[in-house]
Amino acid sequence: MLDIKNLTKVFGKGTVNEKVALTNLSLHLNEGDFVTVIGGNGAGKSTLLNCIAGVFAVDEGSITINGMDVTKMPEHKRARFVSRVFQDPLLGTAADMQIEENLAIASQRGQRRGLGWNVTKKDSQHLKEVVATLGLGLENRMTTKVNLLSGGQRQALTLLMATMNKPSILLLDEHTAALDPKTAQKVLDLTRKITTENNQTTIMITHNMKDAITYGNKLIMMSDGKIIFQAEGEQKQKLTVADLLEKFQQIGDENDRILLS
Amino acid sequence: MLNLLNVTFMGILRLIPSGIGEGLAWGILALGVYISFRVLDVADMSVDGTLALGGVVTAVLVANGTNVVLAILISVISGAVAGAITGLMHTKLKIPAILSGILMMFALYSVNIHIMSGKSNVSLLKQPTLLNLLSDWLQIDRSVINIIVFALFAALVIAAIYWFFGTKLGSAIRATGCNLQMARAQGIDTDSKVIIGLAISNGLAALAGSLIAQKDSNATVDMASGAIVIGLASIVIGELIFKKNLPFWAKLAGVIVGSIIYRLIIMLALQMPFAETYDMKLITAILLVLAMSVTVIKKRHHKKEAKHA
Repeated sequence: MLDIKNLTKVFGKGTVNEKVALTNLSLHLNEGDFVTVIGGNGAGKSTLLNCIAGVFAVDEGSITINGMDVTKMPEHKRARFVSRVFQDPLLGTAADMQIEENLAIASQRGQRRGLGWNVTKKDSQHLKEVVATLGLGLENRMTTKVNLLSGGQRQALTLLMATMNKPSILLLDEHTAALDPKTAQKVLDLTRKITTENNQTTIMITHNMKDAITYGNKLIMMSDGKIIFQAEGEQKQKLTVADLLEKFQQIGDENDRILLS
Repeated sequence: MLNLLNVTFMGILRLIPSGIGEGLAWGILALGVYISFRVLDVADMSVDGTLALGGVVTAVLVANGTNVVLAILISVISGAVAGAITGLMHTKLKIPAILSGILMMFALYSVNIHIMSGKSNVSLLKQPTLLNLLSDWLQIDRSVINIIVFALFAALVIAAIYWFFGTKLGSAIRATGCNLQMARAQGIDTDSKVIIGLAISNGLAALAGSLIAQKDSNATVDMASGAIVIGLASIVIGELIFKKNLPFWAKLAGVIVGSIIYRLIIMLALQMPFAETYDMKLITAILLVLAMSVTVIKKRHHKKEAKHA
């Protein structure tokens, strides 16, 4: 499904600020895999996601999705296979546009955008039913502008927009980190519900060790642009937060954020 | 004394129709600026060149016997092409939007003089312009025809913009202006959307230029100097008068209303005994500063009130 081979990404190559963000990284995901990614700041987690999404061009290596080499494919074309939810709830939606307009734009991902109406009456009804699955009451506010919604509502909407077309891969970059604990839990529950129902292949970055163990069937730990530890299936289920912290201590890559969580 | 006041008052009254005509024609430019500044969120200054381009192309074509409708069409297309080139400079060559626009406006100055075969103006007096043709045919005074024709054009442009930005393509352009990162994540090719948006914006500027040249019976190389500021002033005045949460078409109509009010204010100001015609730019600048600061002052006032509450 997703095949990453020997990926290397260097920022500011040849300058004094040169920073190797990913070093010869390889990763394989099967259909329906839900991988949680943990690691300290600057470990390369977000860079990995941005390379998969096509935001950054890679220096070496290849990315293959469903057998198609997408290494050189531009970001907007790759959006047909890859969808994302960002950490900042403001980034995932167009604030000045209505809920149903945002959803309609997401539903057209991968299609040609011509001169037909963005939201027809039929679309409107269908989108309403889709939003109702969130259970947030947004189906009664379809023509409300998104900037009037709370961060949690916007993030739930973004998650729905990212998954409604059933993309090949869903990338979640600490998508609950900016929300209050109660809302974060709601969005996480929603994430689990949607990914389970769709058998959605997912990569989720998190700073929460407990979430990393609870969610998904695979776990990878990154440090300094490399995957330093992987666990899956039963081995992953048996992990404890203490185990993970010990691993971090071994490599001397513990920082305050990890200790706090 | 009373007599003198009366004369000025009558003078002002007599100016109103021409102010409305002027406001409607320049309002089409303001709609173009609205698309680049408000919808696309790109500070494009090309309109200072493309408005003149529209006027110059129409004048030269009509003076050389081309049908006026065809001349208007060619003007709009030439403006759109220039806008698309600005878009290409900005998106593909990564030149900052504001500089891309300034460069386009700068380059068009020479292009416009070339189109006029080295002259700095072309007259349309007694030429078969749309306004002259309709005025002769319907036997209606030119100042009335101006208002009718420009109002029709403004209504048509508002309807077209309203329709276009409700389509999938138009919505993709709106999303690009609203949130670039979101647009790309949703598979929108943002570069092409910026280029299309700037083409439409500058096509409208050229249409305005074409109509203004016909109204003035003259196209000059500097007819558009300061067009960007005039467009912005119209938008801001319109936004002051019309409330924020209005439907899109009403916001567009607000731009036209803003443009008319701007013209009337300028005309009124120029009637003052100490004002000269060359004070227009100074008055416009002051007007824009005032109009833009009202929102800031209001916000500060609200904050203070909130603190006291």
